[in-house]
Amino acid sequence: MKIHEYQAKELFKKYDIPVPAGGVAWDPPAAVKTAATLGGFPVVVKAQIHAGGRGKGGGVKLAGSLGEVERITGKMLGMTLVTHQTGPEGRRVGKVLVEQGLSIVRELYLGIVPDRSTAKIVVIASQAGGMDIEAVADRTPEKIVKVFINPLDWIRSFHCRQIAYALELPQAAMKQFLNMLPRLYRLFVEYDCSLLEINPLVLTAEDKLVALDAKAGFDDNALFRHPDILEYRDLAEEDPLEIEASKYNLNYINLDGNIGNMVNGAGLAMATMDIIKRAGGEPANFLDVGGGASSEMVENGFRIILSDKKVKGILINIFGGILRCDVLADGVVQAAKKTGITVPVVVRMEGTNVEKGRRILSESGLNLITAVDLKDAAAKVAGLVA
Amino acid sequence: MSIFINAKTRVLVQGITGREGQFHTRQCVTYGTQVVAGVTPGKGGQEMDGIPVFNTVREAVNRTGADCSLIFVPPAFAAEGIMEAADAGIRIVVAITEGIPVLDMMKVKNYLAGKAIRLIGPNCPGIITPGECKVGIMPGPIHKPGGPIGVISRSGTLTYEVVYQLTLQGIGQTTCIGIGGDPVTGTTFIDCLEAFEKDSETRGVVIVGEIGGTAEEETAGFIEKHFSKPVVGFIAGLTAPPGRRMGHAGAIISGKSGTAGAKIHAMKKSGIHVCEDLGLFGEFCAKVFGHA
Repeated sequence: MKIHEYQAKELFKKYDIPVPAGGVAWDPPAAVKTAATLGGFPVVVKAQIHAGGRGKGGGVKLAGSLGEVERITGKMLGMTLVTHQTGPEGRRVGKVLVEQGLSIVRELYLGIVPDRSTAKIVVIASQAGGMDIEAVADRTPEKIVKVFINPLDWIRSFHCRQIAYALELPQAAMKQFLNMLPRLYRLFVEYDCSLLEINPLVLTAEDKLVALDAKAGFDDNALFRHPDILEYRDLAEEDPLEIEASKYNLNYINLDGNIGNMVNGAGLAMATMDIIKRAGGEPANFLDVGGGASSEMVENGFRIILSDKKVKGILINIFGGILRCDVLADGVVQAAKKTGITVPVVVRMEGTNVEKGRRILSESGLNLITAVDLKDAAAKVAGLVA
Repeated sequence: MSIFINAKTRVLVQGITGREGQFHTRQCVTYGTQVVAGVTPGKGGQEMDGIPVFNTVREAVNRTGADCSLIFVPPAFAAEGIMEAADAGIRIVVAITEGIPVLDMMKVKNYLAGKAIRLIGPNCPGIITPGECKVGIMPGPIHKPGGPIGVISRSGTLTYEVVYQLTLQGIGQTTCIGIGGDPVTGTTFIDCLEAFEKDSETRGVVIVGEIGGTAEEETAGFIEKHFSKPVVGFIAGLTAPPGRRMGHAGAIISGKSGTAGAKIHAMKKSGIHVCEDLGLFGEFCAKVFGHA
């Protein structure tokens, strides 16, 4: 799960990690009110969307007066911000973060992520802050330092010193850093983060370290023990069909293509999307109804795909194991009767109770195209897009 | 022959009294698996279909000689369950549970390091040696006993699809292992390949991978140097968008890492026969393994 920068900075404050003074605003008067409390100019206005690269897209602006804060905020709110992470359609800006401007001497990078192959927590730092860290890793890997920590243990002072010296911090900022990094690590562990990133962590003219930006991501599997993070969910950042699907615990992702699909199991669902592409179509979605789906879940999943205007045809691919084919067939028939099928639907079923499932579909009177196996299904999908 | 489990494997089920635990225990018993015990804290002394239930794994092991554990414990408690099994001297732990927090699994993985235990999963369909022993939730009848092919996969139903196509071609399986779709899993492709290399009945291996992480790339490097039998590979997720979790917690392209294209490239470079059309998987394998 992703959250906004201003929310991540709220968490940082809880852990005494310094962030610039400021606050979030939903309209220009509120932005002006916040800016007036900051005690001087320039003031920074930052668009709050769940994507990076905002500066280049015009989502981060400096204001030299309250009038400018008002004008910039007015323009930024409601604009569609396009960055390299939003895709060409961009994101609508619904709120801004208004912050005090700082006199910056150096920009550093500091991040914490889980490393899946070693099962260790890794702290990543670089003197090349303010840039895309993947680009730094690609071009100048020697500028990146990594420290691996066993999650059964804890971050130790030698880990922190290793990073601090690699960053070549001035003596005056050293103590602050050695205090700050363990707190950031504690935030990472206590909140089951999938990512914590400060890019840049700035060194000010006063030799103070401040988190100019803040990015936090959370492990979806661990959200059950962090109800306060769930409060941070911003539905405006999510696709309406994905919100609808999440109500029924369906694993659904909306994509750009023209062929909808419904599958049980994530791996088979991905492979089915690939089959659609090979057949000359483009997948309109990812939908894994899960191993133990009820006919009600199938019905809701099918209804969501049918409501997607760009869908010109649908492929249902089920390998019945725990999810029996007759349960699937019931769900499809229910959804089709309630919503009405307006596009051709190819159904391929195999596995548990397949005969019963096929009978339910053929006796339903619905106009469905049945496929005997995956090869046949692919050919029939190709027929839809031809 | 087979790897990791066979007809002699003595299985205990952690979470045997839950809905899923009961259902799949019965399926395993029907398949012929020796399920000798169940564990549910607080329900010690009861029975499930005549299978004795104990409060702790240690007691179950002491009383029944179980050497393999099948775990259906809910995500919040599953990590604890795995460590309990390890502590009680279980040889093979198969964790079906989906949704275990990543940090919990990282702790488990470090806890198990250096211990004589193999963890399969979590978030996996389990492991089956067709005709002998099923420790998992896969449908038994789609498998064909007797080998000569081993199957290793990060997926569930996609594995069933692949296995079924093998069976329809008359190609049997020695052992099929679902290693799981989470970012941190116990057993790797490489662990399974080391075992299949030593298993004389296994004459070729199928590897089913997907986007996310670099396990397939590392496996390709291993195969080039250390694996002598023919390998067929399949990778799901060529059309998956970057930055989105595709159902499995581990199936995500982060930045440039974890794409299907990179995995297919690495596999081909290492001499793995990559099948790019799932609809023709069985026929593809028949051609490759025909001379195995």
